[in-house]
Amino acid sequence: MPVDQRVLDEIALSRAEYDLIVQRLGREPSDVELGMFGALWSEHCGYKHSKPLLKLFPSKGPRVLVGPGAENAGAVDIGDGVAVVMKMESHNHPSAIEPYQGAATGVGGIVRDIFTMGARPVALLNSLRFGPLSEPRNRYLFGGVVAGIAGYGNCLGIPDVAGEVCFSPAYSHNPLVNAMCVGLTEARSLVRGQARGLGNLLMLVGSDTGRDGIHGASGLASRTFEAGRELRPTVQVGNPFLEKLLLEACLELVGRDYVVGINDLGAAGLTSSAVEAAARGGSGLDIDVLQVPRREQDMTAYEVMLSESQERMLVAVKQGFEDRVEAVFRRWGLSSVVLGRVTSDGMARVREGDRQVAEVPVALFTDPPQYRLEGRMPKELQPHREKRLDLLRDLPEEPGQLLLRLLASPNIASKEWVYRQYDHQVLTNTVVSPGAADAAVLRVRGTPRGIALATDGNGRLCYLDPYVGGALAVAEAARNVACVGARPLALTDCLNFGNPENPGVYWQLEQAIRGMADACRRLDVPVISGNVSLYNETQGKPIYPTPVVGMLGLVDDAARHCTSGFKCPGDVVALLGGGADPQGGLAGSEYLEVAHGLVVGKPVVDLAAEARVQRVVVEAISRGLLHSAHDCADGGLAVALAECSILGGMGFQGQVPLVAGRGDASLFGEAASRIVVSVARADQTNLEGLARAHGVPCQVLGRVGNARFALKGYLDLPLTRLAAAWRGGLEDALKGLP
Amino acid sequence: MRFGVVVFPGTWSDTDCYHALGAVLGYRVDYVWHQQTDLSAYNGIVLPGGFSYGDYLRPGAIARFSPVMASVARFAADGGLVIGICNGFQVLCEAGLLPGVLLPNSHLQYRCQWTNLRVDNTMTPYTGTCRPGQVLRVPISHGDGNYYADEATLTDLERHGQVVFRYCTPDGEATPESNPNGAARNIAGICNQQRNVLGMMPHPERCCEQVLGGTDGRFIFQSIASYLEALGG
Repeated sequence: MPVDQRVLDEIALSRAEYDLIVQRLGREPSDVELGMFGALWSEHCGYKHSKPLLKLFPSKGPRVLVGPGAENAGAVDIGDGVAVVMKMESHNHPSAIEPYQGAATGVGGIVRDIFTMGARPVALLNSLRFGPLSEPRNRYLFGGVVAGIAGYGNCLGIPDVAGEVCFSPAYSHNPLVNAMCVGLTEARSLVRGQARGLGNLLMLVGSDTGRDGIHGASGLASRTFEAGRELRPTVQVGNPFLEKLLLEACLELVGRDYVVGINDLGAAGLTSSAVEAAARGGSGLDIDVLQVPRREQDMTAYEVMLSESQERMLVAVKQGFEDRVEAVFRRWGLSSVVLGRVTSDGMARVREGDRQVAEVPVALFTDPPQYRLEGRMPKELQPHREKRLDLLRDLPEEPGQLLLRLLASPNIASKEWVYRQYDHQVLTNTVVSPGAADAAVLRVRGTPRGIALATDGNGRLCYLDPYVGGALAVAEAARNVACVGARPLALTDCLNFGNPENPGVYWQLEQAIRGMADACRRLDVPVISGNVSLYNETQGKPIYPTPVVGMLGLVDDAARHCTSGFKCPGDVVALLGGGADPQGGLAGSEYLEVAHGLVVGKPVVDLAAEARVQRVVVEAISRGLLHSAHDCADGGLAVALAECSILGGMGFQGQVPLVAGRGDASLFGEAASRIVVSVARADQTNLEGLARAHGVPCQVLGRVGNARFALKGYLDLPLTRLAAAWRGGLEDALKGLP
Repeated sequence: MRFGVVVFPGTWSDTDCYHALGAVLGYRVDYVWHQQTDLSAYNGIVLPGGFSYGDYLRPGAIARFSPVMASVARFAADGGLVIGICNGFQVLCEAGLLPGVLLPNSHLQYRCQWTNLRVDNTMTPYTGTCRPGQVLRVPISHGDGNYYADEATLTDLERHGQVVFRYCTPDGEATPESNPNGAARNIAGICNQQRNVLGMMPHPERCCEQVLGGTDGRFIFQSIASYLEALGG
């Protein structure tokens, strides 16, 4: 009997995909089987549209212990037998519907991905995008998401150390909530998310199972929203206290040889957790849904298999050791039950007591069709890219006024309102806190080393040129960790795009991945994990293509790092780097949007110049030459200098070099690969020598000192005014003030 | 000299307190599981920060019923030193070992930031190495740190020198702007009348090493150690 179209819509499978299932299975699937296919073949779990493109990323390197897709997160060796485990994941769609719980469970999910691998989570980061705060709905989403991240992360006792928040009409009503978690463990203690060994037991631990989140993977994360559809029931509700207990209990199991594997229950719940674990172990499985502890009555096998109730884990245990596992969880007040067994015939069998409700080869579930589509640059983009920026009126307002407006713009203004709601110090490893530098620095106990962490991504630039924007996301994230003195080591990513079945969006996806991949190769940074979030659009309009990069860097001596603020009056301020850009970095700049209301131009990247400037700044910091270093990014050189002044609490007198023959490009152009540094006068020649040796331009801009901020020929303002604009910008916007 | 750091389900400053007391300051220190009732091995007990029992119901409201708390009460009644930090302060108030309660912050948001604390009483086991009026830089991290007690209790606390720390400006003035959570009379930490039980919202264990941004937390832990040494502990 042909399956009803409404059933297929419910689980977001196409008719052709259904026919493929029937053909491969040799029969019609049962309703439980079909639900499981829907979840596992969803974009969220199956990466149908993105997998062929993700293969373009370089993912190997001498330090890579676990690469992308192999486990719940990637892992790299940072020396002395210590492994860093990390991953980033989106929770965009749930957060659009219920911001507090959507963001909170996003944190919960990514944290589970880390401790599943036996690593103690030591840092959270998040990269957020919202529509303009002038709209009440966006203020509600922003406030709710920040409160949700705080509510969950603070309760877990994991410091939230870095991230970014951007605002643009392109994200109105479809916020991006990307959460990243970083963990530490001994390299030899990494736990795999596998189920193997005939007769070994599968145990379900943690929370009871309810009807929450059914179809989250297929229905929420893998398609666009339709008007009027009530989706709130598909959003899960988090219990961070339970997750904290689960975290401690699971970490107690690390190193016990009777634990075969641990896999978390995230998107698609028990279905994906069990099937993935069996696939990794090359096994089959036989589970009985009647054994699953429930918090609601009369749940069907279908509902149990697809529930996305949070805070649950699957543990594969050697036969005979289930009591040991049970005792560990009981000590933490958690229930654990034996749910089924590992088999050797490669079949995934699900029973409800004696009744078999699903029997499908594991390999069939984990081999969804892959789509390689034909992308096409959207026609409407061309005029925006080719806009003659040289015809725009140069500096339409007084430069000082423009600088104050840019500093107060929520995209540039201090994000203290956000990060003061996050515990960023717990675990007492945070050496560089949020806001002080371009990246956070954490010490690694038992070694002299530190790790540097940053996230970056620029939707405006990716919209104008996804290849360049993708490359710049990698370049800037690497530059961010370089500015604290760290060598970039590995990255995780979250690719936020619209509907890939739209050729324009597919083109963006492919171009952005190619740009990122080229930058990774040039900067020698492998991709070790990641996540794809497609179908980000409302009313048929896609968001800006927004690949977000989470970068890990290594500092040899955690105490020898660098921050952004000026340190000593009299120091020499210099600009390192810079390359040829005919538009002087105005393309896609914050300035063009604030001053002219335009998102236009063609951004430029020079990866060779990028690699050189990063080498110089890391080397200069490790030699102890620099007193400060700050990436010159959003708002250009004038904003970067102002931020160094505000953070250091000391003024600046100097000039900016002329760029592209224009005042606006000189002050506010965002040409990439540039870093503002300050050095003691005695070290100026050493810095110049180092820069010259690497072929990096080094231009002296002026001196640190007194209470004013002056750029010759353009502006001269009291530092207090700059600081007030920058510190108050975000809160004023939240109050609805202009 | 030996310290016990109590671990409730949901506690998370346990490892930080353990590290500060042990690895940084060099004292003997053990974790004490919330079901443990024998505290006879310890000279001082730390109730650390976190979200014991998820802060469900009210912060500290469930943890006070843990088996260890009856022993902590006896330990305190016998004159033992008990310091509650953040969630530990909330537990001590819920357990009736200290007066008052910690309400949600007046602005209803969580706050993690550095604060300045004025030492208002140096005649306690926790502040003996401080100068009167000394300003310590110590971070806070809480959503429910707004100390409240009725006027009579507050006046009583002040009269008996039980207000140990107040939020203040870097110059030591207890102004409304320097109060991060709306606490009555800028109170950041109080002790009992006997002065052997201290509760404070800020986290001294987070500032015992320069690499973390400050070392003023050492004044508090070293005061405890000096006091115990004087006792012959």
